[in-house]
Amino acid sequence: MSDGAAIDLLKTSDGRPLKAALAEAQRRAKRRAFLLVAPLLLFVILTFILPIGQMLHRSVYHDGLAANAPVLKAWFEANPEGTAPDEAAYAALAADFKTMKAAKTAGIAGTRVNYTLPATRSLFTATARVADKLAPPYKEALIALDEKWASPEVWGALRAASSAYTIDFYLVSVDLERAADGTIQKVPENTRIYIYLFVKTFLLSGLITLTCLILAFPVAHLLAVLPMARANLLMICVLLPFWTSLLVRTTSWIVVLQSQGVVNDLLIALGIIGEDGRLAMMYNQTGTIIVMTHVLLPFMILPLYSVMKTIPPSYARAARSLGATSWTTFRRIYLPQTLPGIGAGALLVFILAVGYYITPALVGGADGQLISNFIDFHMDKSNWSLAAALSAMLLAGVLVLYWLYDRLIGIDNLKLG
Amino acid sequence: MALPIYASPLERIWHYAYLVICAGIFIFLVAPILVVLPLSFNAEPYFTFTQEMLTFNPDGYSMRWYDALLTDGMLAPDIPREGAWWSDMWNNSTWVKAAKNSIIIGFWATILATFLGTLAALGLTRPEMPYRRVITAILISPMIVPIIIIATGLFFFYSSPCGIIGLDCGRLTATYVGIIMAHATLGIPFVIITVTATLSGFDQSLIRASASLGANPRITFFKVILPLILPGVISGALFAFVTSFDEVVAVLFIAGPDQQTIPRQMWNGIREAISPAILAVATILVIISVLLLTTLELLRRRSERLRGVSPG
Repeated sequence: MSDGAAIDLLKTSDGRPLKAALAEAQRRAKRRAFLLVAPLLLFVILTFILPIGQMLHRSVYHDGLAANAPVLKAWFEANPEGTAPDEAAYAALAADFKTMKAAKTAGIAGTRVNYTLPATRSLFTATARVADKLAPPYKEALIALDEKWASPEVWGALRAASSAYTIDFYLVSVDLERAADGTIQKVPENTRIYIYLFVKTFLLSGLITLTCLILAFPVAHLLAVLPMARANLLMICVLLPFWTSLLVRTTSWIVVLQSQGVVNDLLIALGIIGEDGRLAMMYNQTGTIIVMTHVLLPFMILPLYSVMKTIPPSYARAARSLGATSWTTFRRIYLPQTLPGIGAGALLVFILAVGYYITPALVGGADGQLISNFIDFHMDKSNWSLAAALSAMLLAGVLVLYWLYDRLIGIDNLKLG
Repeated sequence: MALPIYASPLERIWHYAYLVICAGIFIFLVAPILVVLPLSFNAEPYFTFTQEMLTFNPDGYSMRWYDALLTDGMLAPDIPREGAWWSDMWNNSTWVKAAKNSIIIGFWATILATFLGTLAALGLTRPEMPYRRVITAILISPMIVPIIIIATGLFFFYSSPCGIIGLDCGRLTATYVGIIMAHATLGIPFVIITVTATLSGFDQSLIRASASLGANPRITFFKVILPLILPGVISGALFAFVTSFDEVVAVLFIAGPDQQTIPRQMWNGIREAISPAILAVATILVIISVLLLTTLELLRRRSERLRGVSPG
């Protein structure tokens, strides 16, 4: 008799094989646990994942031309790339312009083409205005209206824009454009903004993370080594900003740092600077850095503190007794043990800083704006697809960092207060 | 923290320098918040201490900015302060309206986030939970994803919530329901984190003990589990409430003129004409956060005491 048969013989009191009954019970437990999570998961999918997914879809999808110029789209589909536009193509274009004029959608279509080839929106609106007067032969009529209709560049852009799916918005958001022959090239030096913006956002976030770390380290250490009662008292100083409204903190900093503010008045009263030497610490990059450091500092102190509390002081004493100087003890014994806290705090602060919107918008002035503020700017200007493409790139960066955080520290170890 | 007896003079100097540095950082953390408190009583429309204020002359102080909070937006702010004035204030004052909106939205968002979040945390801490890691990561992500991305996503989604299945069922922009749902989503990670942390110290054998004594799952939950995790649930709820109470970007994108909240009003105030009335609001909010902080600290102590009693 084999072992398998022996297991088969084990039965529960109601006569079912034990193995099957156990599997069934485990499945039931799994299902129960999942059912508890299911309502929230559904809610989050509905109010979070679905909206973001839908928005990201916009970054590759813009049917401005495809929906409003169906005849032209059909012509492009019937004729392969490289075909010179003939009278039929111009007739299709003219027919579409007549419908666009009636539906007042030439602006939308023009906007779409404008992304592929700048300065074509005005061509669209101008042509649509006189669309009713167009008569055959359409080729001559359109070219007489504006010479641009003869240019292969415009027709290339039309072909590219006639498909609703496109990567053009991603090209724009990494400072690339399509050349006349369809190859991808860098935009002229003086119009490159987005790469610089991404670099600036990451550099500023890195700088803010570094200042947070430098400020948080001594404070967290002090909190960790002080006796409980006094540490709790000082902890309030850390938690009070954490719990205070972000807008209140931003307002406070405006009051403190603006040119007629408390710090400048104090410096003048002390005679350090003159009346006309008031420092500009607000509405510029300095303002963004100072205020964001203040806002994010608790997110650095708390993880550092919880790691430092677990470091036994006897290690440092042992190092000293073995002849290490206090600097060596710190560098070789204490600092390596705080690394998990440094990693957790720095990653968290960096993730939060990269996507920050409110503080730069309020105190950043012109040069303290981050990528989030540009997304808002394009939303405001109804450049939705471009805003979506920028969002997608920011999101990708944040998700990589989030994944890193989960791998290195684990989301379960995220602690608040 | 005392210096060891064998500390060298250099170490002594460093020790005191270190304490001074720490004091400086604590001042950096707290002083900007405290500075607005006296300034909100400024009699002049300035953002700095006037000569009268510095000499503690009573003429330098006034309640005019608190008064401005009430009268701003009123139809007839100058009539005698009787019944009609009060009802005008209650119904028309911009800031009172904003406060009412903030409280309504915060309350329902908190209820929604706490209920769903606690339920999910109970499931997530069960050892049998499938795909725990991925699901936790998804549920925490509203805290990590930049708010501007969430807000733009919701802006499009709310303009036609059923559009994705090809139907038309109105819009969720400029509705209370829309903002409450958005704020609940933002509060959920905090509830999950705090309740999961409390549950990780929870002794699972208590559930079996309760069952063996004849309690059904419902009674076990209300009589055994809930009282023990209550501190975590309440602090999660507080976090969710504060998140909603402090949220401005989602409101900027999806709220209509009827759903203006306190942060939204402050945003206007800071961006356009900043007046010391903002400082009066700030002072009130600082006092609220001190109260919340105290509540949370008391809860933490209670939780520690409870955990000290429970075995394991």
